[in-house]
Amino acid sequence: MTIQEIEAPALHIDARVDARGLSCPMPIVRTAMAVRAMLPGAHIEVLATDPGSTRDFVAWSRATGHELVEQSTEGSTYRFVIRRK
Amino acid sequence: MDEPLNLVLFSGTDDKLQAAAVLTAGAAALGRPVNVFLQYWALDAFRRGRIAGDHGLAPEAGAEGRAHVETMRRAGQAGWQDVLRQAKDLGEVDIQACSLSMDLLDIEATDLDPLVDGVEGITAFYLNAGAGQVLFI
Repeated sequence: MTIQEIEAPALHIDARVDARGLSCPMPIVRTAMAVRAMLPGAHIEVLATDPGSTRDFVAWSRATGHELVEQSTEGSTYRFVIRRK
Repeated sequence: MDEPLNLVLFSGTDDKLQAAAVLTAGAAALGRPVNVFLQYWALDAFRRGRIAGDHGLAPEAGAEGRAHVETMRRAGQAGWQDVLRQAKDLGEVDIQACSLSMDLLDIEATDLDPLVDGVEGITAFYLNAGAGQVLFI
């Protein structure tokens, strides 16, 4: 019997916010604004370089209910993927 | 988070107004209403002709602080005026001029930048503040 590996489908990104180079509170402000225009269930990708972003996006996600589904760091860039509730 | 954040702005330097703008925008991004009450030198900074100018920094900034602020400005950081405009666009942010300070500084409502929503006294401000915190900057 062979076991097939099921690959999870790659997340489809519906909107992107490039907040690299922007300081607090702009990454959150830009994201909050972009999310307003999105449909429930849609995904937004945010790139930021502000060091406070990681904690900010975790907190914002908890407070607003928009789920933080992915979070990663590449060099000095933080990447967040949020699902609009 | 449902209770409004209430800020009384007294100081009119760019650093304190920037700090106030960050507090306001952060609350707005969380869906929390913000009430801002402009007194004295903060009110003066919202004059139509003066709002975009240099409002200086608090004395504790010193030359070193001034250099840091300049670096941020050159890097394209949004000024407090823009942060407040974005905060208003994002959420419920109400900015009121203190009527006593209007008298003190001899300011008419038409002298103020459109960022200011109206003129009120301390009583109305307290009523709208509800059970939310009141911060003095």
